[in-house]
Amino acid sequence: MSTAAPGPGPLLRVEGVTKRFGGFVALDGVDLQVGAGERVGLIGPNGSGKSTLVNCITGTLRNEGGRITFNGEDVTGMPAHRRTRRGLARSFQIPKPFTSMSVLDNLRIPLLYAAGAQAGARRISERESGDQAMEILVSVGLGGKAHEMSGGLTQVDMRKLELARAIAARPRLLIADEAMAGLSSSEVDDILQLLASMKERGIAVVMIEHIMRAVMRFSERVAVLVAGRKIVDGDPAMVIAHPEVQKAYLGE
Amino acid sequence: MSNRLFAAIAGVVAAAFIGLNAAVTNDYFFSAAYIVLLYVILSTAWNILGGYTGYVNFGTAGFFALGVYTSVVLFKAFKAPLPVMIVAGTLVAAVAGLGVGYLTLRLRGHFFAIATLALAVMLFTFVTNWDYAGGARGAYVIAPREAPFGFGHYIRYLYAVMVVLAAASIVVARAIEHSKLGRGLAAIRDDELAAECAGVPTLRLKLVSTTISGGMMGLAGTTFPLFISFIEPTSAFSLTYAVNAIAMPVIGGMNTWMGPLIGAVLLGTVQQLVQVTVSSAWNLLIVGVLLVLFVTMAPSGIMGWVRTRQHRRRAP
Amino acid sequence: MDLSFSLIGNAIVAGLLLGGFYAAVSVGVSISFGMLDVVNIAHPAFIILGSYIALTLNGLLGIDPIVCAVLISPAFFALGMIVYRAYYLCFEQRGRDALRGLAFFFGLLFITEVGLVLVFGVDYRTVNTPYSETAWHLGVLDFPLRLVVPFCVSVAVIFGLHQLLRRTFFGRAVLAVAQDPLALRLMGVNPTRIRELAFALSIATAGIAGSFLIIIQPVQPSIGREYIGLVFAVCVLGGMGSVYGTLAGAVILGLAETFTATFFGPSWAPAVSFGLLLCTLAVRPAGLFGR
Repeated sequence: MSTAAPGPGPLLRVEGVTKRFGGFVALDGVDLQVGAGERVGLIGPNGSGKSTLVNCITGTLRNEGGRITFNGEDVTGMPAHRRTRRGLARSFQIPKPFTSMSVLDNLRIPLLYAAGAQAGARRISERESGDQAMEILVSVGLGGKAHEMSGGLTQVDMRKLELARAIAARPRLLIADEAMAGLSSSEVDDILQLLASMKERGIAVVMIEHIMRAVMRFSERVAVLVAGRKIVDGDPAMVIAHPEVQKAYLGE
Repeated sequence: MSNRLFAAIAGVVAAAFIGLNAAVTNDYFFSAAYIVLLYVILSTAWNILGGYTGYVNFGTAGFFALGVYTSVVLFKAFKAPLPVMIVAGTLVAAVAGLGVGYLTLRLRGHFFAIATLALAVMLFTFVTNWDYAGGARGAYVIAPREAPFGFGHYIRYLYAVMVVLAAASIVVARAIEHSKLGRGLAAIRDDELAAECAGVPTLRLKLVSTTISGGMMGLAGTTFPLFISFIEPTSAFSLTYAVNAIAMPVIGGMNTWMGPLIGAVLLGTVQQLVQVTVSSAWNLLIVGVLLVLFVTMAPSGIMGWVRTRQHRRRAP
Repeated sequence: MDLSFSLIGNAIVAGLLLGGFYAAVSVGVSISFGMLDVVNIAHPAFIILGSYIALTLNGLLGIDPIVCAVLISPAFFALGMIVYRAYYLCFEQRGRDALRGLAFFFGLLFITEVGLVLVFGVDYRTVNTPYSETAWHLGVLDFPLRLVVPFCVSVAVIFGLHQLLRRTFFGRAVLAVAQDPLALRLMGVNPTRIRELAFALSIATAGIAGSFLIIIQPVQPSIGREYIGLVFAVCVLGGMGSVYGTLAGAVILGLAETFTATFFGPSWAPAVSFGLLLCTLAVRPAGLFGR
């Protein structure tokens, strides 16, 4: 659990975020809020700007307009690593393991650099980081593969490693970017269970997905992004039935 | 093995090498050994940025020359003692590394590589036009006839100094490799974006890496004027240093401190032996071919091959 | 110093003419680095190789270097395809990071340079054409033909390339391959093949530029390295991937170099291109015309 004290208001507040690529407007004044411990689904057709929004929130892209507040602090313009240290973690759509390292060592990086750098945290030793990493690996089901090289894992194990690495940063908010794409039905359930267990750790989750049944089962709230604009945000059942959403996904 | 223990062992090994002074009478051995030790330092330095962090530096000659010419200037101005030259040259090169890094590391890796080359060429042009340091005609740096500490011929003293510097470089490289910094650099090398998102301050670490790497390259150059006695830009900035500094870690293995050491000792020794029989142009051609071959077919180098065999033996 | 109109005027003329030539030298990198994202720092080595081949053909058969350029471009095109294939197999296909590919090209640069030293030696070589010594005069301004002829042909090459890239299917595929290889694949076009051909085209331009180079100035194997700065400076200044941007960047660099040589002496000239490159990278990395 992140040691930063909770600020006033929602955990994450995205206000009027705009992002352009040349002449193309990828995000047009997007608002989004996520409360502590909340489970939010973010859906939308391909190219609607979901990944761009994630990149702007986490700091890997700079938004041109709008503001991003995390835990009461304005993080707009802050480099990504500093946002991670404040408790904002993400997993990547296409897993990006540190291939020269074992599975265990992959987790040491966020443990040393993100969790280890949070306000009030003390320096952790080599052994402590190893123990903590192992604990996380066991909880996601990768305990047996701790010393394998991370480059040779199966698809679902790589997804688990992505999420484990994000958890190792001791975040308060985890953005899972299409963590289940291309997996089999039972593998999807595996990952879903993993994400659901975030609640026990006190971690809020924003799930970006195309797999509808996962989104519906998981989310307390669903936001829909179409062509860079958020068109609806609320109760999952209500959102799915919304005519605009139907139009965006199924056409007129 | 802890850093302290390793440093102690390195110290003992260094002392043994220095002790060779008493056993070997042929001065040529120390000249050849000096060059090999020079390459140990250069390739270890290059590898900190190239192998550990994944940023290729083509301007090794530039940083090396900064060390060389700082010594030349200090010698001409104050007849400065060797330790002063060593510290000054290292600092100057380190600052240059920081500067080049600060200018270009926020951009993609290719730009950094090209910028290092730019630095080398600009320095070359500057030095060639700078008459105080000898300009294009060159400068003489004559070593004192008697070496301090009773070493006799100066070359033996330089050799001993280089043994110490080389050992120190390796101890530093190993310490970095096993430290939190080293893990961070490896993460940057493997996937910079993922590292940044995992909380690694990538820009800061890259700057640390370029500073240390540049400084160490300058360190290698600080004793060179006294070794070669006559410094002129074409030889100080010779492409040989740039290529060897890259080829040796690539051939030896880039992920660990042992790789550059192996590469430098192997390739350096071979070059010294072969120098007498084969022209320097052929020598360089072979190094270039080896570099291309290893980079394409055996990118993990010799150490990589050793590690793979170790893994296979371990797995049932 | 005599700041006469003649001095400045001739510096401008020389700078412009040289600039046109520099554009031909750099347009290949604009393609390989700007559009294909391949950092071919061995590009100048191919240029020098072209120079020496033109030198040899001129020496053996008395062929004018401009004609040599036309003759050798198919060979350089084929060479480019081979080099790209090797690069692709060893680096791109394996998804290995492009920075290791840099070492590969550096090795190629090096091998070419040393190979040329072994075959031709380190002396400066040049080719004398019938027009090498002639110059047109317009008042006090001199237009040396050894600069004018390569300038004209270079501009023609630039113009031709621009048309190729905008008007033909192949050209537009090259522009597309950097932005959206998947879309190309869906159209039934193999992106790798396009990249291979585009890279080959860039090497062909190197061969052509090399043939011009030996008319303009004496050549020896190591000047390739000095051209690295020039080539990348021009591309970065011009905003990579833009052919006309390359021309603009090249002219700026040509003018900067001739002015430096005129007022500070020719020994400072190599620093100009690299200095300009560093400044551009520090201040405006997208270049003057980049997106």
